[in-house]
Amino acid sequence: MKPVINAENLTKRYGSLVAVDTINFSVNQGEMFGFLGPNGAGKTTTMKMIQCISPKTSGHLTVFDRDVDTHPREIKRMLGVLPQESNLDPDFTCFENLTNYARYFEIPKSEAGDRADRLLSFVQLEEKRDVPIEKLSGGMKRRLLLARALINDPQLLILDEPTIGLDPQGRHLIWEKLKALRAAGNTIVLTTHYLEEAERLCDRLVIMDDGKILVEGSPQDLISKYVGSDILEVEHTPSVTACLDAMNARYEIFGDIVQVHTAHPREVAKDLFEHCNPGRVFARPASLEDVFLKLTGRVLRD
Amino acid sequence: MDSYLIPRISGLALKVWRRNWDVFFKTYQVNFLPPFIEPVLYLLAIGFGLGMFVGEIDGVPYVNYIAPALLAISMMNAAFFECTYSSYVRMYYQKTFEAMIATPLSLDDVVTGELLWGATRSLIYSSVMLLVLTVFGVVDLPLSLLIIPFSFLGGLLFACIAMCFTAITPGIDALNYPSFLFITPMFLFSGTFFPLTVLPPTVQVLAVVFLPLTQLVIITRSLTLSSISPLFLYSLIWIILVTVLFFVISLRLMRRRLIV
Ligand SMILES: Nc1ncnc2c1ncn2[C@@H]1O[C@H](COP(=O)(O)OP(=O)(O)OP(=O)(O)O)[C@@H](O)[C@H]1O
Ligand SMILES: [Mg+2]
Repeated sequence: MKPVINAENLTKRYGSLVAVDTINFSVNQGEMFGFLGPNGAGKTTTMKMIQCISPKTSGHLTVFDRDVDTHPREIKRMLGVLPQESNLDPDFTCFENLTNYARYFEIPKSEAGDRADRLLSFVQLEEKRDVPIEKLSGGMKRRLLLARALINDPQLLILDEPTIGLDPQGRHLIWEKLKALRAAGNTIVLTTHYLEEAERLCDRLVIMDDGKILVEGSPQDLISKYVGSDILEVEHTPSVTACLDAMNARYEIFGDIVQVHTAHPREVAKDLFEHCNPGRVFARPASLEDVFLKLTGRVLRD
Repeated sequence: MDSYLIPRISGLALKVWRRNWDVFFKTYQVNFLPPFIEPVLYLLAIGFGLGMFVGEIDGVPYVNYIAPALLAISMMNAAFFECTYSSYVRMYYQKTFEAMIATPLSLDDVVTGELLWGATRSLIYSSVMLLVLTVFGVVDLPLSLLIIPFSFLGGLLFACIAMCFTAITPGIDALNYPSFLFITPMFLFSGTFFPLTVLPPTVQVLAVVFLPLTQLVIITRSLTLSSISPLFLYSLIWIILVTVLFFVISLRLMRRRLIV
C-alpha cells in the first residue's frame, strides 16, 4: 500500500537558517504518527509543508500521492488541520466558526449546520454553541479547534500540539477522541511535547532535533533499543559509579543522580546493595522520556 | 518554487467575501450609521454653510457641486480603510488568513475575497449616501443611479492600492502614513471642494495624471450633474488599468509577506 505522506530529503530554509534538514519519513494509512523534539526542532515547519501552506526549499513531498507544490487544493481538501497557535475567528461564535469554516470546503449550509452541532457535542462544547470565542478558556479553544479540523470529514489529520495547555481531563478527552478517530480509519499526524501522550497514542514516531530526524520507530522499540526495559535511579557517589563500572552496567549521570539502564533491575539493585552501599535506589520502567532526554540532551533549547 | 508564481484564484474567493459580509451584518446598526450621518454633516456645513459665500461654481450651486465629491470620497474611504486597517487586523492579529489558507483556499483567493469585499463596502456606503443626497435633491436622476455599479469599480481601485500598503507595512501604526500622506491630501486636491482649474497648471496636470480620487470625482460629477466631462472616458480607462495593475501587485506582495 502507498504511504499517505512520503517525504524524501525534505528541506526547509528560512534565509540562512535550516529549519528542516533533509529528512525522510513516510506515514501509512490508518496510523497515528508522532513528531517529537525540543523547541525549534522543526516540527511545526514540517507540519506546514505537509499542509501546503509553506513551500519546501528542496526534496520531495507527496500527500495522498500528490505533489504539495502542484496540487495544494486537492490535498488541502482532504486534510484536517489543528494549528499550534489558535486562529479561531473572534468575530464569530463557536457554532459560526464551524459553519463558516465549512463554507471554505464548499459544504452545503444545512449539512454544515448538522456537522457543526455533531462536532460540538463530540468535543463536549454544546453549551458554548452560541458563545463568542473570546469567552472560551484556553482548553475549550483547543477542543473547538479539533472540532473545526474535523468539519470536512478529513482523511488525514495534522495536529500540531493538540493538547497543549489542557488540564488532565481535557487531555484524556482528546486522547479518547483521537483513538476513536484512528479506530474509524483516519490517519493522524501529531506533534507533542508530552512524551507520555506520544507513548500512549503513537504507532510510530520520530524524534527531531535541529531540523534532523534522530530516530524513528514505535515507542516500545525505541525504548528497548535506546534505554532498555527498566531504569534504576541511584544517588551519585564515587563508590556507586565504581561499582557500576565493575559490573559493566550501562548508566548515565545527571547531576546527583545516576540512571542505570537495564533489563534486569532486581539483579542490578541486589548487586549494588551487596557491594557498594548505594543509599536509596529507585526502580521504574523505562519511558519515552528517557529516550528523548538521552538523544536530545538535557540542556534547555532557546 | 516556480509553481508558486502562477496566480491561483478561484470562486472560493467569494467565501472570503461572504465571511466579511456576515460579520458586517452582525453589527449593521453601527455600520450603516456613518454613510447616513456623514453626507448630512458635509451638506449642511460645507454645502449650505460655505455655499452661502461661494454661491455657484461653473454655474452649478455649491451643494450640487460637492455632492458627487462626497460620493467619490466615500468610495475611497470605505474601501481604503477596510483593506488597510481592517484587513491588517484580520491578517496579523486574528490570523484569519492563516486559518483560511489551511483549507482549499489559496492565498490569492483570500486576498481577492478581501478586495471584493472592500469594493462591496464602497458600494454599500455610496448607495446609502446616494439615497440621502437624492432626498436633499442635490443629484440628478436617473443618471446618478449609475453611481451604484461605478462605486464597486471605484472601491476596487482603492481596495487594491490599500492592500499593497497592508502587505508591506511593518505594523498597524505605520498605516497612518498612507492615510495622512496619500488619502488626506487627495481628499482636498482632487477637484473635490473646488475646481482643479484654480490650481497652478503643473499641479493640475499632476492631479489628473496621478491621483486616483481625481478620476472618481470626474466620473461621479459627470453623472450627478448629467454633464459628461471630456475626461470621462480617460478616467474610466485610467481606473480600470490602475486597478488591474495594483491587483496584480497586491497579490505578489501578499505572497511575499505571508508565504514563507
Ligand atoms: N517564519 C519563520 N521565519 C524564520 N524562521 C522561522 C520561521 N518559522 C520557524 N522558524 C525557525 O525554524 C526553526 C524551526 O521552527 P519550528 O516552529 O518548526 O519548531 P518546532 O519544532 O515546531 O518548535 P516548538 O516545539 O517550539 O513549536 C526555529 O529555529 C525557528 O526559529
Ligand atoms: Mg511547533
